[in-house]
Amino acid sequence: MTNVLVCIKRVPDSSEAVTLTPDGRAVDGRYSGYTMSPHEECAIEIAASVAGATGGTVTVLTLGTDEAEEQLRYALSVGAKDAILIEGDPDDFGPRDVADAIAEAIRTREADGTPVDLVLVGNDAADTGDFQVGIRLAHLLGRPVCAGIKQVEVDGDVAVMTGDGPEGTEVYEVALPAVATILEGGVEPRYPSITGRMKARKAPVARVTPSGSPRGTGRVVLTVPAPPPSEVTVLGTGAAAAPAVVAMLKELGVTR
Amino acid sequence: MTLVLVEIEAGQVNLVSEEAVTFARSLGPELGEPLHALVLGPVDDAVQADCARLGVDVVYRATNPELERYAAAAWASALDQATTVSGATVIVASGSPRGTEVLAHLAARRDVPMAANVVSVTSAKPLHVSRQVVGGAALEEMDLSGPLGLFSVAGHAVEAVAADSPGDAVVTDIEADLTPDDLRAQLTRISVRESVDTGTLTKARVVVAGGRGAGSSEGFGDVEALAARLGGAVGASRVVTSLGWRPHHEQVGQTGSRITPDLYIACGISGAIQHWAGCASSKTILAINTDADAPMMTKADYAVVGDMHEVLPAILEELDKA
Ligand SMILES: Cc1cc2nc3c(=O)[nH]c(=O)nc-3n(C[C@H](O)[C@H](O)[C@H](O)COP(=O)(O)OP(=O)(O)OC[C@H]3O[C@@H](n4cnc5c(N)ncnc54)[C@H](O)[C@@H]3O)c2cc1C
Ligand SMILES: Nc1ncnc2c1ncn2[C@@H]1O[C@H](COP(=O)(O)O)[C@@H](O)[C@H]1O
Repeated sequence: MTNVLVCIKRVPDSSEAVTLTPDGRAVDGRYSGYTMSPHEECAIEIAASVAGATGGTVTVLTLGTDEAEEQLRYALSVGAKDAILIEGDPDDFGPRDVADAIAEAIRTREADGTPVDLVLVGNDAADTGDFQVGIRLAHLLGRPVCAGIKQVEVDGDVAVMTGDGPEGTEVYEVALPAVATILEGGVEPRYPSITGRMKARKAPVARVTPSGSPRGTGRVVLTVPAPPPSEVTVLGTGAAAAPAVVAMLKELGVTR
Repeated sequence: MTLVLVEIEAGQVNLVSEEAVTFARSLGPELGEPLHALVLGPVDDAVQADCARLGVDVVYRATNPELERYAAAAWASALDQATTVSGATVIVASGSPRGTEVLAHLAARRDVPMAANVVSVTSAKPLHVSRQVVGGAALEEMDLSGPLGLFSVAGHAVEAVAADSPGDAVVTDIEADLTPDDLRAQLTRISVRESVDTGTLTKARVVVAGGRGAGSSEGFGDVEALAARLGGAVGASRVVTSLGWRPHHEQVGQTGSRITPDLYIACGISGAIQHWAGCASSKTILAINTDADAPMMTKADYAVVGDMHEVLPAILEELDKA
């Protein structure tokens, strides 16, 4: 019975353009909407299959504002059974603070009698890209951690974690409890079903507040570099462009 | 003074580590010098010579045999000791998976901040860095001042160049006293050596990629044919891998591969920020799209307005004529 906790982060969905708040301290997601990283969607999927295979449960957690309930509910609709919202503004919480707060929530949960056997986080958050929360969390909890993992299977007390390394596919066998940071690509995240959505609407979201005050992100300011002026050469329209394309390929020396 | 974590590939300092050392060296007398390096892997004459060429003064060689099988926490313990022995106040790694992972473990051990994907140092004292966030679409200026400044260097933030005058590269052994905890997440085995997936896309000189505009997995026939004709690799957008038209290891972008080919041909790809994050470092970009206003079409070097299913066969035919 493996109880899995998945940590997700609500981030602006800035596919078209990144807009900053007037003070340049944050990305403005008011018009673009919000999402979570594909890495985290895959983490939820892995959690659901591990819990399914072992008869365990999936809990989803985020540190965020009230609005982050949207991402928690999404996770609840695709396999999580319950959710924890750590109340705080992610713009005030650096990776050390996030790891501290998650570790505290896990300790509280375990003290209340629910073990957390496997913690999954994304390899890197889609917005701040700090690449460190999972590893810091593992150190705080005194647990082993593997990074850049694409697949996890649990065999008794051991998690078998797979990822890509410089020389090929790497396998780590790690005793539980453990932490893994997940990369997109090893599993197909499921889409929410109608019943999944219905359940998610009613599922409980526990709220907690971190005891310490955050040490901060170190952010001074954000900037979006101005795009270089468009210098595109249009080679033509439709099939008629082919000779111009081939001439360009020859000039680059890529034809063989 | 600076300590750089240097990674080895095929018996040599790898390119991203050369970039990281070049970056550290550019910090100059105020921050960067002298320059020390911990080598993540065996140190032989070739590696020592590489380090000397790059201007490294002291090369730390970790001697604990347990380090042969990779464990990030164990390497962080070695890096921790090298930090103490060297007296470095700035620790630099490359933004590779290994470099970032080991550095994050050191940050956790020392409970100090760490900045990922740094492109420049904006102030030496206090230490402020500029780093890529939101997949490279924005830059964050970050305050890293404190007893120890830890950061990883974004790929291709600088071009790797040898030092004007080589370093002494004096080899110094680091014992690396490991605890059992450091070895709990040690690599068990490599199941597929050099799988076809790893490396082909990131090392290709030409990448021909398709997006939703391909229409289906069958719609990739011409993309594959052109890639084969140019001796290149096939790439894809996330929409394509999510729909299962192509495998994920072909995905280019923020959560896929970051590629640096001489030529990137983007067919039926809109050029969303997260996709651009992966292909922006291509030397030349050709976009083929029905929509002349798609971001990919305005950011590319060359564009063809049209249906990829008409344009690609015409290009293939023209290539055969030539
Ligand atoms: C956190 C995060 C991470 C992400 N990571 C990635 C990533 O790593 N890689 C990635 O690619 N995306 C990523 N995305 C998704 C990204 O935002 C876009 O949704 C995606 O790149 C769009 O794929 P596309 O260009 O194939 O599809 P679309 O945006 O739908 O574009 C299709 C294009 O094809 C053109 N077209 C249609 N028919 C034809 C035709 N017959 N011939 C020629 N052109 C045609 C259209 O004009 C259009 O421009 C990420 C998103 C998030 C939120
Ligand atoms: N505010 C947050 N709430 C919950 N999880 C988070 C938060 N910030 C980061 N994480 C998790 O940690 C991962 C790595 O984040 P980072 O180290 O900031 O790049 C993310 O993919 C999330 O899984």
